[in-house]
Amino acid sequence: MTDTLVPAPLRQAAPLADGTDAEARPVFAEQRRWLGLTATGWQKILAPIAIGLIVLALWEFIVRQAGIPYYILPGPLRIFTTLIADWGTLSGSLWITLQITGLALLAAVLVGGALSILFTQSKWLEYSLFPYAIVLQVTPIVAIAPLIIIWVNDTLLSLLICAWIVAFFPILSNTILGLNSADHNLINLFQLYGASRWQMLRYLRLPAALPYFLGGLRISGGLALIGAVVAEFVAGSGGTASGLAFRILEAGYQLKIPRMFAALAMVSGAGIVIFLVLSLISHLLLRRWHESAIRREN
Amino acid sequence: MAWAASNAAKTVAATANRPLIVLRGIAKRYSNGTTAVTGLDLDLHAGEFVSLLGPSGCGKSTVLRMIAGLGEPSAGSIDWPTSDHDAHGRPLRDVGFVFQEATLMPWATAQQNVMLPLTLKKVATREAAARAQAALAAVGLDSFRRAYPRELSGGMKMRVSIARALVTEPKVLLLDEPFAALDEITRQKLNDDLLALWAKAGFTVLFVTHSVFESVYLSQRVMVMAARPGRVIADVAIDAPLVRDASFRTSPHYAASCRAVSAKLVEAIAA
Ligand SMILES: Nc1ncnc2c1ncn2[C@@H]1O[C@H](COP(=O)(O)OP(=O)(O)O)[C@@H](O)[C@H]1O
Ligand SMILES: [Mg+2]
Repeated sequence: MTDTLVPAPLRQAAPLADGTDAEARPVFAEQRRWLGLTATGWQKILAPIAIGLIVLALWEFIVRQAGIPYYILPGPLRIFTTLIADWGTLSGSLWITLQITGLALLAAVLVGGALSILFTQSKWLEYSLFPYAIVLQVTPIVAIAPLIIIWVNDTLLSLLICAWIVAFFPILSNTILGLNSADHNLINLFQLYGASRWQMLRYLRLPAALPYFLGGLRISGGLALIGAVVAEFVAGSGGTASGLAFRILEAGYQLKIPRMFAALAMVSGAGIVIFLVLSLISHLLLRRWHESAIRREN
Repeated sequence: MAWAASNAAKTVAATANRPLIVLRGIAKRYSNGTTAVTGLDLDLHAGEFVSLLGPSGCGKSTVLRMIAGLGEPSAGSIDWPTSDHDAHGRPLRDVGFVFQEATLMPWATAQQNVMLPLTLKKVATREAAARAQAALAAVGLDSFRRAYPRELSGGMKMRVSIARALVTEPKVLLLDEPFAALDEITRQKLNDDLLALWAKAGFTVLFVTHSVFESVYLSQRVMVMAARPGRVIADVAIDAPLVRDASFRTSPHYAASCRAVSAKLVEAIAA
């Protein structure tokens, strides 16, 4: 009974007779939870959902009130029923687009990660190759996509290359920044103990780069999807296996506007899911130590 | 106290022998043209507790870093007469270093941080873990092995940093204004604990500080440095008994020593 009167942080064993400083530990107050989520957690989920529902309801209302024909602007309900009706074709295309996105992102992680490590090991490599990475980055993908589609016979592979080109730069530049951002006193400490290049990389530079890499990854996830969709738009035809971009084009030609919107909604949905998954991965990897993932009460 | 007597005896015995570290005519000129230090001589004997005191920017950190081998002097020599040397004739410096900031790896627990020097020297993980635990226990952080740096107070982080410096059981502990960022009470507690560790383990300490009181309280000798260019202008012995506690702070001897060292520091700043 008495101990419930004492605030939770004070009930912990006093850390150490370390003077006043010991009490200056960050205080992590216990919060009430519903279904495993705190009040702020629910807020974060429910607020955007509420806004979404309001906007959709308004959209439906306006479309009905103004009598806008569905081939100009379909209401969300019609888009939803189309999505269900055409699920067979659309889901197949979604799968293709997701595959291209996922593979492009994987390639971006592997090549971007490997290149950034190489660049930080050898200044010469960085000076000679990094400018070309920038060239690749600043050239609009719609301008190079036709060339790549001509050069590479396999359509899927050419789409993959396009998506990769768009996706790899944030990972590369962020990871380079991260690898170079290790605390200089820690670098001195490693030198003091005669650390080898490899030890310096493994125990210092890579962990220091992790938050930066994950930041780049979150950007690249979205870009890989954009790259995959844009490249397919340029290609105009997905051949045997067609992704969502081709469905949008096709529906546009056939004036199946609700279907066009349904495919568009799937692209956006995929983008949101990719972002959430990458954010979750990032949170799980950093929650023990990085400021960005720590929930503070003060 | 027994340890005090034994360490004092060791110091007396060691002074008769060759010093542990000998700096002669050390100069350091940085590539931007700054002359941080010139003509600096310094002897460090085994078991001693020496402070390097001086105004900010007088080259204290520069000297400490050169002793640790982080940066070569532009002129002069740093010898370790009693230490082994490698195939190239370089001394095998046996030092632990404590920076002004705790400088811990935020992604590693207290224990993993303390294990680092051993990990880098390829000591087997199990042995490294056991030694790191012992070192953490020695600084009073037994129960915080699994805590991450962000979960520790400033004073506790500094303790982890000291444990990490001592885990290799070095001959020399170099500290660069280690407690400057801490509050007064924590600082005094850490001063006492550092003295106790030194007395027990018998390593040699070179302690950089800009606080007259801290240098007098801790050390057997205070080397006072002047700036622009950095050089030693006085070497003041604090021949108080080695058992030092709150009563020493109020003793006339402490007051007299502080006055003497302060006078030298005033000279150093005027010089
Ligand atoms: N890496 C460096 N490059 C150039 N100048 C430096 C460098 N480090 C220190 N200095 C200069 O050398 C002088 C002594 O610096 P430092 O040893 O850090 O002094 P202290 O530790 O006594 O404050 C200062 O004037 C400082 O600006
Ligand atoms: Mg300094």
